[in-house]
Amino acid sequence: MIIDEITNGIVLDHISAGMCMEIYRILHLERLECSVAIIKNVSSRKMGKKDIIKVADMFDLDLDVLGYIDPNITVNIIKDGKLFEKRKLALPDEVRNVIACKNPRCITSTEQELPQIFRLTDRENRIYRCVYCESRAKDK
Amino acid sequence: MRSLIDILELSTEEINELISIAVDIIDNPGAYSEKCRGKKLATLFFEPSTRTRLSFEAAMYELGGNVIGFSEASGSSVAKGESVSDTVRAVSCYADIIVMRHPKEGAPLVASMKSISPVINAGDGGHNHPTQTLTDLLTISREKGRLSNMTVGFCGDLKFGRTVHSLISAMSRYDGIKFVLISPDELQIPEYMKQNVLDKIGLEYIETKDIGAVMPTLDILYMTRVQRERFFNEADYVRLKDSYILTPDKLKNAKKDMCVMHPLPRVNEISVAVDDDPRACYFKQVSYGKYIRMALILKLLEVV
Repeated sequence: MIIDEITNGIVLDHISAGMCMEIYRILHLERLECSVAIIKNVSSRKMGKKDIIKVADMFDLDLDVLGYIDPNITVNIIKDGKLFEKRKLALPDEVRNVIACKNPRCITSTEQELPQIFRLTDRENRIYRCVYCESRAKDK
Repeated sequence: MRSLIDILELSTEEINELISIAVDIIDNPGAYSEKCRGKKLATLFFEPSTRTRLSFEAAMYELGGNVIGFSEASGSSVAKGESVSDTVRAVSCYADIIVMRHPKEGAPLVASMKSISPVINAGDGGHNHPTQTLTDLLTISREKGRLSNMTVGFCGDLKFGRTVHSLISAMSRYDGIKFVLISPDELQIPEYMKQNVLDKIGLEYIETKDIGAVMPTLDILYMTRVQRERFFNEADYVRLKDSYILTPDKLKNAKKDMCVMHPLPRVNEISVAVDDDPRACYFKQVSYGKYIRMALILKLLEVV
């Protein structure tokens, strides 16, 4: 399978196998006009299998959201056909409108225009809690 | 401008200051009777409450202020489908300070984000109830003379009991506190309380179903009601409602200076025969509640 090298754009590498479509959806890549390649189940020495997303243009990438989904993803910025920058991800302190609170007693269950805000309360165990009701975000 | 949504927003120094102001009000009520002249308190009660609402209203009147508000959602524009955000944004144009009770967890936080006046959380579902906690802390401080170095037992509904969660969070910051958590399996303290508070600080606590075995160790026994309104299933409520009933007989093994507390209202979890026992503190608690709310109003309105 041949996918063109990109000249200017972003490559998201080391995505856990099977996660690329969720990342595509959460980053709203469907809104982009440029070429987007989604490559599933690529052989990887480190991971066995991995997914890769290549975007043939620069766009406003929300690193916080990506860090929440999987802090092990590598973000490669490509300029003029060369690797310009490798960005490291970290767990964000807060994520907005990425996770929805599942607690039926939470105010967000009835007032749906409210932003869904989750804060990191335990970095070691990657636990996020709803700022309104403190319910724990369900594992992805 | 500040609001009070969660007891942990207050440092122990601020709590101690509120307790000092409340004690001064108890000793010199006349000095405070005009402090809130010309100020309005709005009570927005989207869920029924007698004690908390009347306590806030009495507190504001005794400070010389006025009260506006509603006592159930059906009497407000919420019945027309208005959001909490819009209700509060409008009310904060009339009132200098807002007190809110709401069945949904987090509603007062939403209110505080939108309001131009301070908001006090008077209970949001099974989540937080910081002014009950302040009441409890004033009660313990007055009755025991300290807030540290004691064993505090909580009995009954520790799952949905918001007063329990708030008091555990607040007391866990004082030195030498041990907790004894007495409940049936189905009403044990939630996992997030263990993880975020008890285990995080490494506090000493035990969980048990046997109130009799732990009774002699307790300095405080905090009883709670199994709340019908927190259950989705009536059968579960009926099965659990009589799990623990405190009687004079059960108190025989308790310390002579133990303090029995209850956020009230009680149904039958404390036998009426216990009311005459000198260890029963729950009606004193009600009276302390008004004074600590007076102190809080004064502090949030910045008139002390």
